[in-house]
Amino acid sequence: MIDALKHLPRPRAGAEQLADNFGDLAPPLTARQAAVESARCLYCFDAPCINACPSDIDIPSFIHRISDDNLQGAAEKILSANILGGSCARVCPTEILCQQACVRNSAQECAPVLIGLLQRYAVDNANFSEHPFKRSPASGKRIAVVGAGPAGLSCAHRLAMHGHDVVIYEAQEKAGGLNEYGIARYKLVDDYAQREVDFLLGIGGIEICHGQRLGANLSLTELHQQYDSVFLGVGLNAVRQLGLADEEAPGLLAATEYIRELRQADDLSQLPLAERCLVIGAGNTAIDMAVQMSRLGARDVNLVYRRGHADMGATEHEQDIAKANQVRLHTWARPDAVLLDDMGRVRGMRFIRTEMADGRLRDTGESFELAADAIFKAIGQRFDDASLSDPLAAQLARDGERIRVDQCLRTSLPGVYAGGDCTALGQDLTVEAVQHGKLAAEAIHAQLMLNVEAA
Amino acid sequence: MADLSIVFAGIKAPNPFWLASAPPTDKAYNVVRAFEAGWGGVVWKTLGEDPAAVNVSSRYSAHFGANRLVQGINNIELITDRSLEINLREITQVKKDWPDRALIVSLMVPCEEESWKFILPLVEATGADGIELNFGCPHGMPERGMGAAVGQVPEYVEMVTRWCKTYCSLPVIVKLTPNITDIRQSARAAHRGGADAVSLINTINSITSVDLDRMVAHPIVGDQSTHGGYCGSAVKPIALNMVAEIARDPQTRGLPICGIGGIGNWRDAAEFIALGSGAVQVCTAAMLHGFRIVEDMQDGLSRWMDQHGHQSLEAFRGQAVAHTTDWKYLDINYQVIAKIDQDACIGCGRCHIACEDTSHQAIDSTVKADGTHIYSVIDQECVGCNLCQITCPVENCIEMVPQDTGKPYLNWTQDPRNPYREAS
Repeated sequence: MIDALKHLPRPRAGAEQLADNFGDLAPPLTARQAAVESARCLYCFDAPCINACPSDIDIPSFIHRISDDNLQGAAEKILSANILGGSCARVCPTEILCQQACVRNSAQECAPVLIGLLQRYAVDNANFSEHPFKRSPASGKRIAVVGAGPAGLSCAHRLAMHGHDVVIYEAQEKAGGLNEYGIARYKLVDDYAQREVDFLLGIGGIEICHGQRLGANLSLTELHQQYDSVFLGVGLNAVRQLGLADEEAPGLLAATEYIRELRQADDLSQLPLAERCLVIGAGNTAIDMAVQMSRLGARDVNLVYRRGHADMGATEHEQDIAKANQVRLHTWARPDAVLLDDMGRVRGMRFIRTEMADGRLRDTGESFELAADAIFKAIGQRFDDASLSDPLAAQLARDGERIRVDQCLRTSLPGVYAGGDCTALGQDLTVEAVQHGKLAAEAIHAQLMLNVEAA
Repeated sequence: MADLSIVFAGIKAPNPFWLASAPPTDKAYNVVRAFEAGWGGVVWKTLGEDPAAVNVSSRYSAHFGANRLVQGINNIELITDRSLEINLREITQVKKDWPDRALIVSLMVPCEEESWKFILPLVEATGADGIELNFGCPHGMPERGMGAAVGQVPEYVEMVTRWCKTYCSLPVIVKLTPNITDIRQSARAAHRGGADAVSLINTINSITSVDLDRMVAHPIVGDQSTHGGYCGSAVKPIALNMVAEIARDPQTRGLPICGIGGIGNWRDAAEFIALGSGAVQVCTAAMLHGFRIVEDMQDGLSRWMDQHGHQSLEAFRGQAVAHTTDWKYLDINYQVIAKIDQDACIGCGRCHIACEDTSHQAIDSTVKADGTHIYSVIDQECVGCNLCQITCPVENCIEMVPQDTGKPYLNWTQDPRNPYREAS
């Protein structure tokens, strides 16, 4: 139970109705739909969709295999490039990646091929009798991976495939990272995140130690001494602050905290419901928060952003989802003050209208108030500096707050690699994290094998 | 609207769309529905001597394209499995009720004069407009000494045709089997025997697919299968060629041709007519979509004729025959080069990889800053093969542009590079 919201009521709908509200946002394709859709793929050469996929999946090839009634071959093609292809198929913003690049994404061609749904169809229906990838002979090398999110898992799997032994250190009870704790429930339903982790671990040679937090009960110095290489995939674990008074008042909290609770809840009818809900932010997390509260039964869900629609981090597709779920999007307004009731609880927020002047955002002086039973901050995550507090970790070069890496995912410390959201590469997408993990594993493998040859 | 009526081998019909001898014309019920739908004629499913043939179950299989698009159907059905008496009675009634439609009776009896002498007067007495000799059925019947077994031997074709002309006053259409090496031999034999017309093609020997779990081909009968006769869209190119071969053969010039094979719309029909057919027969398309398709066929054909100023089918019939010749008479100096419309191009790269891997490396691929590609033709390398245009998913994106070479017409018989050139 979230302390900051324990004064709020429970949803009116029953558990069953709520479970229904949180079913697949994009239902899986049937065999017939997959056959029709896969036949639409033109099997492009030097395909723009591959170019647009951060994890280099050979999309025309896997779709061709679906069309050829070879689902295992299709799934293996996907997973060989992206071992988390199942969750990426569900959470990727395909509308700005592969499907945007699809040559059929034009007025003349009507619509892009539904690449994400086809990828999900292949991975979900492959029914491998055993793990599809084999490990190379044991190398005798041991690698520590910090963080069992998409980057760490991807890295661990590729390392295991190359014959290395991997220990993953994870702060949380469950592996999966944001797939387990941070994605909207209707995008990644059931226990898919855990099933995917189980599948991934099926390759063998990967051990996960839970309850291990870098900077708390785990230090980079020790890992560096004990292992042949270290990969950091620690993500972004601190919440940005609004910088207002009363930010700790009951009724105000981080959207990620609520989403985490919602994803872990067995019975959605026991969650606190904010009848009047305010979400501050404009990224996909803000949309996820607003839409989920709406689906829990909130009557009045408002999302407020200090800039315009075009500047929003959430894609147009995400904004459409919000609108379809009765979320009102307010732009050009910034939080000014948290409004409290007599009990000291959140009752709303005052905003100041903003505008662009000479390329800079400024206040117009006009203000307004929105009533709210709860306010959710979704203005981004920060790097948790505490994780790099030990002497060695403190030496890591940084890009702003994040860990600096080169194109091979090497940090400034030899033998230490990093990937995913904790680095400054990319746009913090799951699929990018998977790619980082994979590339880092290849770099680690190349380096370790080089050392073996040199010895 | 253009006049679609025809007189084919002396047989009148309100339009050239006839249903071929097959399950759709098996009995009065179907034929009446076909006439109600607007078909200009039917060839009644093949009659034979009693006792009637016996069919197996199952009977059809198909060759599918993407999304279960049926490209061709294979069947192992025999000729009518109803008695001669029932068929003759129904034919008589239907012809009486539908006097303006062409009603042809397909026949197949043993290759003996007596058998033909017996059945022909019975058929003539029905009032039918003509007969079609089924020398083409590639399965079941050859094993009884009929069908393709006759059609594959030109001497038999001529002999049986002559019997029919002797014992029957109706127009005789000889249906030709494509399961031979040179279709002209059969057509010439029919012509010598006095045939009023030929119709082609009958079905092609085929196996469409194999059930890889049961290791048996389709269609499955118990745990066995057998080859059948292939028809539908996939056989159209084969049929068009055979029609053209006969149409331009000096020995059979003027012999009426009824085109059959994969006709599914007005355009297919127009193509058969352009290559010399005076009427066409349809089966598979009707079996896939029902008799209603004839309305679209008539509508499409007459609109196209109107647009091109053709008042009757005769106005354009055979117009493509003169342009069909032997390879050796083609102009060696003619040259086309592919041109890609960059505005229409969607950047799929299919033309490039097809040319690069399997043709003449004449399509260049240049990567743009955004990672997409521009495809352009290298004129000096392009031989004008059409492959890129064929692989392109966008209609009219790639145009094959005729080049002005400044060279005169020159065919292979005249070409100095031809070691067997006839001395001029």
